Amino acid sequence: MNLNMNSMESVVAQIQGLSSNSSDITQLHNFLKQSEELLHSDFSRLLSSLAELDPSIHSLGFLYILEACISFPVAKEHVSELLVSVARFINSCSAEQIQLAPNKFISVCKKFKDHIFGLETPIRGVAPMLTAIRKLQSSSEQLTTLHADFLLLCILAKCYKTGFSVLEDDIYECDQPREFFLYCYYGGMVCIGQKQFRKALELLHNVVTAPMSTLNAIAVEAYKKYILVSLIHLGQFSTSFPKYTSSVAQRNLKNFSQPYLELSNSYGTGRISELETFVQTNKEKFESDNNLGLVMQVVSSMYKRNIQRLTQTYLTLSLQDIANTVQLRGPKQAEMHVLQMIEDGEIYATINQKDGMVRFLEDPEQYKTCGMIEHIDSSIKRLMVVSKKLTSMDELMSCDPMYLGKVGRERQRFDFDDFDSVPQKFTV
Amino acid sequence: MEPDEDLGLIADEIYSNGDENTQRHRPIISSEQLDIEAYAALYSGRTKIMRLLFIADRCGNVSMQLEALRMAYDEIKKGENTQLFREVVQKIDGRLGTNYGSDPAWADSVDRRADLRKEKLESELNAYRTNLIKESIRMGYNDFGDFYYAHGQLGEAFKNYVRTRDYCTTAKHIIHMCLNAILVSIEMGQFTHVTSYVSKAEQSQDALDAITVAKLRCAAGLAHLEAKKYKLAARKFLEVGPELGNNYTESKVIDNINFRNFLELVPEIRELIHDFYTSHYASCLEYLGNLKANLLLDIHLHDHVETLYDQIRSKALIQYTHPFVSVDLNMMANAFKTSVAGLEKELEALITDNQIQARIDSHNKILYARHADQRNATFQKVLQTGKEFDRDVRSMLLRANLLKHDYIARTSRKH
Repeated sequence: MNLNMNSMESVVAQIQGLSSNSSDITQLHNFLKQSEELLHSDFSRLLSSLAELDPSIHSLGFLYILEACISFPVAKEHVSELLVSVARFINSCSAEQIQLAPNKFISVCKKFKDHIFGLETPIRGVAPMLTAIRKLQSSSEQLTTLHADFLLLCILAKCYKTGFSVLEDDIYECDQPREFFLYCYYGGMVCIGQKQFRKALELLHNVVTAPMSTLNAIAVEAYKKYILVSLIHLGQFSTSFPKYTSSVAQRNLKNFSQPYLELSNSYGTGRISELETFVQTNKEKFESDNNLGLVMQVVSSMYKRNIQRLTQTYLTLSLQDIANTVQLRGPKQAEMHVLQMIEDGEIYATINQKDGMVRFLEDPEQYKTCGMIEHIDSSIKRLMVVSKKLTSMDELMSCDPMYLGKVGRERQRFDFDDFDSVPQKFTV
Repeated sequence: MEPDEDLGLIADEIYSNGDENTQRHRPIISSEQLDIEAYAALYSGRTKIMRLLFIADRCGNVSMQLEALRMAYDEIKKGENTQLFREVVQKIDGRLGTNYGSDPAWADSVDRRADLRKEKLESELNAYRTNLIKESIRMGYNDFGDFYYAHGQLGEAFKNYVRTRDYCTTAKHIIHMCLNAILVSIEMGQFTHVTSYVSKAEQSQDALDAITVAKLRCAAGLAHLEAKKYKLAARKFLEVGPELGNNYTESKVIDNINFRNFLELVPEIRELIHDFYTSHYASCLEYLGNLKANLLLDIHLHDHVETLYDQIRSKALIQYTHPFVSVDLNMMANAFKTSVAGLEKELEALITDNQIQARIDSHNKILYARHADQRNATFQKVLQTGKEFDRDVRSMLLRANLLKHDYIARTSRKH
């Protein structure tokens, strides 16, 4: 016991002494790894030793002790206190130091998230988790293990806007397929919450078409939402998969989402009453999938779609006629729909309340403004960056020894002569 | 009788009653109540019977039905098709008096004669086959085909006609075989066979005489018509040439002006087309409406009348609106003899189908032509394509990375 106390003190002393420059920190890191067992053996001294350290200067040491601290079962009344100190640590720690021990940092954050779920106060975790992601990332293209947890917190706390800010980064690097699936699925839900259906569609599309060797529940749920969002955003859904979709997904996804495919068929007929009765009869199924709200949005998007179609054929049309063709209850309701759509910029029209006529206009965008030219310019630049990335990735791939090894092995099966052209050292 | 002569006679008979479109008379196309007798006089043999029965089934007018059945009965009695005979008798159901009852004596004697003939043909064919004389075997099968055809067993007839193929030695034989096969397939309603045999016959090296070419074109046209490829069908019918006036062509004459010179044969159609071209749509459609009842009684055209009428009407609507920047819907409705509301619905459907580029001012009842702004459309399209490219490349990079990691994960597990 005495020894432990001494060592605990010496650990703190070491941390305090060895946190100034990078070589010291490497030394400290080694020391901490060795004394890990010690840290996990005694809970009582840990909290008090934390008080002696400054999270912004002694980040690495603080992290180790905190990790040990949080892995012990904590009494309910202390949880809140602990969470505050974790949040403070995440906010003030130095990114450089914690990146030396990413696993420790991730495990602290995961525990932090678990405790927050336990308290059912997801909003407390949103801001610290966002900071944690930013500190853990080596570049904004990297997908961390924390992304999915963060997005889940955002959904539960309904902080879609905060979640959406993370989704705006393009992610290319990821190590864990599971993390990627969850990131895209939760990301899709955040986008739906923000009504950013285009982005949601993209993320869900990524889940559905991701390479997979066995079907997973995330992909199934994502496919259901993909159907619904596609109907809301595009007004149609094509049941054929792109070529690059994994064969497992192509074979099985449709079997698991039959009511949704039927919904899209019913949507395709363009008759609102038919769609509504279908939704009514299948209400429980959608409800048990927690998709009823989205299904309702599909139904209301059909009104919009039908009104939009009218703008293609008519210059003027009375509200009564609109109500008749779109099957709304009356001119009053038609007016509400049209007004809402004008405000959302979905159609261009003016309503003449005196004689109840709606005048549909052409898209006023003339593609002449400076803003538009800037927009086009930035799009072009962005596309150039993306295609450069593609080329460089292609080059990297064709120099990758493992890839060449695989290709070489496969080619051998077909043609032995070709195999010689692959350098020997590349065949792993 | 020499077998060669015999064959020639039967072949003649088949030609004369065969290809439905080869009539040497003016076809009856008029707005009056169809004169069955005159109509039936245009045809002979099996097709006459089938057409009469078809009319009897369709016309919905008792006296006309009985008239048709009576003539069919007389016609069948001239031939040997007892099965058809029994069907007709059942349909007449004693309504035409005792003269038109089931005549078991006649049927039995025909059947007996048929059996005898069949036996004779069989023994002949066997003899030919043992002697291995190609020409004789071909004719043997041909006789069998003719026999079955006369007795209404179309499937068997078709099989036998096709069998002659292996024994054909000259191009003429092949064409003969093709024509027989086409005839039977048309009767059976198997239009895929028709197309294949038409193309086979057209591949023949020898120059075909005008009549055969016309027949082939007709058959091909019918096949296209059945497949609902109206444009191709019309083109084929137009190639038929005036010496074989036919009654289907009006369906798509709209597409072709060369046709006018032999429209003299069918004055009502000529009027109709004239109206169409001079934009008297109301009278044009009126003519069409009058013709409709009789066209519905046509054995080949009846299924397609509605579709063709719809298409002609849409075409008229499109043509009417084409030259104008704005059209008063009231005037247009007058020209088409319809109500403004109905016209609006029709136009809406056409605009949605992108067949008319215009928009309706429902308030002032005016149709305005709409000119797509190429420049804006291009901008829109470019931005859209850019977005799609961006999205696709990003998801492609992602998938590539996932694959890469998956591969690494698997190899590291192996080691």
